[in-house]
Amino acid sequence: MEEVVINTGDTAWMLISTGLVVLMIPGLALFYGGMVRVKSVLNMMMMSFGALAIVFVLWIAFGFSMVFGDSVGGKGLIGDIGQFTFLNGLDNSAAIIGTIPAAVFIAFQGIFAAITVALISGSIADRAKFGAWMVFAGIWATLVYFPVAHWVFAFDNFVAKTGGWIANDLGALDFAGGTAVHINAGAAGLALALILGKRVGFGKIPMRPHSLPLVMLGAALLWFGWFGFNAGSAVASNGTAGLALLNTIGATTAAVLSWLLVEKIRDGHATSLGAASGVVAGLVAITPACAAVNASGALIIGAVAGALCALSVGLKFKLGYDDSLDVVAVHLVGGIVGTIMIGFVGVDVGLFNGGGTGQLVKQAIGAGAVLAYSFIATLIIGKIVDLTIGFRITNDQELAGIDVAIHAERAYELTDNSQGSVLGFSKGA
Amino acid sequence: MKLITAILKPFKLEDVKNALQGAGITGMTVSEASGFGRQGGHTEVYRGAEYTVDLIPKVRLEVLVDDKDADSVVDVIVKAASTGSIGDGKVWTTPVDQVIRVRTGERGVDAI
Repeated sequence: MEEVVINTGDTAWMLISTGLVVLMIPGLALFYGGMVRVKSVLNMMMMSFGALAIVFVLWIAFGFSMVFGDSVGGKGLIGDIGQFTFLNGLDNSAAIIGTIPAAVFIAFQGIFAAITVALISGSIADRAKFGAWMVFAGIWATLVYFPVAHWVFAFDNFVAKTGGWIANDLGALDFAGGTAVHINAGAAGLALALILGKRVGFGKIPMRPHSLPLVMLGAALLWFGWFGFNAGSAVASNGTAGLALLNTIGATTAAVLSWLLVEKIRDGHATSLGAASGVVAGLVAITPACAAVNASGALIIGAVAGALCALSVGLKFKLGYDDSLDVVAVHLVGGIVGTIMIGFVGVDVGLFNGGGTGQLVKQAIGAGAVLAYSFIATLIIGKIVDLTIGFRITNDQELAGIDVAIHAERAYELTDNSQGSVLGFSKGA
Repeated sequence: MKLITAILKPFKLEDVKNALQGAGITGMTVSEASGFGRQGGHTEVYRGAEYTVDLIPKVRLEVLVDDKDADSVVDVIVKAASTGSIGDGKVWTTPVDQVIRVRTGERGVDAI
């Protein structure tokens, strides 16, 4: 029997990639936090940090097993929760998955789960009880992310013998999570925005971003971390990782240009918020496709995603749902663009590259299945949380600001006085 | 005694302050303010959503003067603050009953 040994080059890259994807959590927290008003920036950031905390603990307990355990009954729907419970047999320095230590693969994939949940929080800014969000995050990860990630990321004979139906039976291409992460989070964001309803004054009073430099910094950190997300999804230090990295820059820069072009034509101004949003739209769209397209394909995907996402941000006002930070317009639309366009510009498999329509149909089925399951399951989970413990804070709390009302703290000491503000404070109760 | 209050364009503050110091004024209070008059606001756009911002940033400058100096000080402020374009602000005076210097307890014109 061939001796299995780790590849140190692969291991080094995956250790770095894991660190990079962890950085996406504060990146997202800043990206979202800068976009809300002063009175709710801390709650916005806490939803990302909270999602990481609850989801990663569940990941160790049973999440990894539900995603990468042997498919129950070979149906490709869900992994065996009992196989790697509490990482049984894998949480030691000798266990290997692929060519790297099992521990590294487990940590890397666990952050994907956390990021996906954190992305959803953008649709419910300013108005969700923190405890309800944490309960929702745990249930949603368990009932939506873990199954869907099994469908998409669990390849036969990699961690376990049998994997998920989208990866193995359908054969839809999703390199780093256009379906499992972005369509999944985007559809859930739409469902949750519908469950929670609009913020007080939505569409009537200005809800301007309180700090665009924070948004720009967050977008930059996301981009940096995304190299781990996309190029790390090669689970190897090789040419595939290199191509994914190149495309992660190409698509993103093209998306910035097209988002700004739409803004200039539609609104008369190219904005910094548009540039930051274009960065994320491009990153989202290239996520499933980064190893399936060449550089030209990446530019096309990025350009299309930037334009379509920019055109989609107005939908919420027309249709009347308060997807506060445009999770739908950026992640759902961007995820669909990237996933579907593999069917057009994918090397060898795309319609424009002589691959016929076969892959395009597979991509559409994969995207549609994840969208439908996530949307319906999230509606049910969100409704149950709302009916039992209540999802929304009161209108008075919302008007006062969720940071003070729920977390008992404020983001900024906005004064020039070196002694700090003396207004509005008294010691003790 | 009179309190002169001036609402100015922020970038004119330095000119007005220098002109007042040149005219022998030894103290003033300046605060950031916002408001609107004939100038109106401006439009901002975030992800395609347009917001009209009515309240625009201004500076409020306050000076205490003796009655006999009020008119000339007002003239100094108006001359220094003027750009000739809309939004240059306003200056007004109000009578003041009493002024006390906290450190010495001096009252009236001596405290100015």
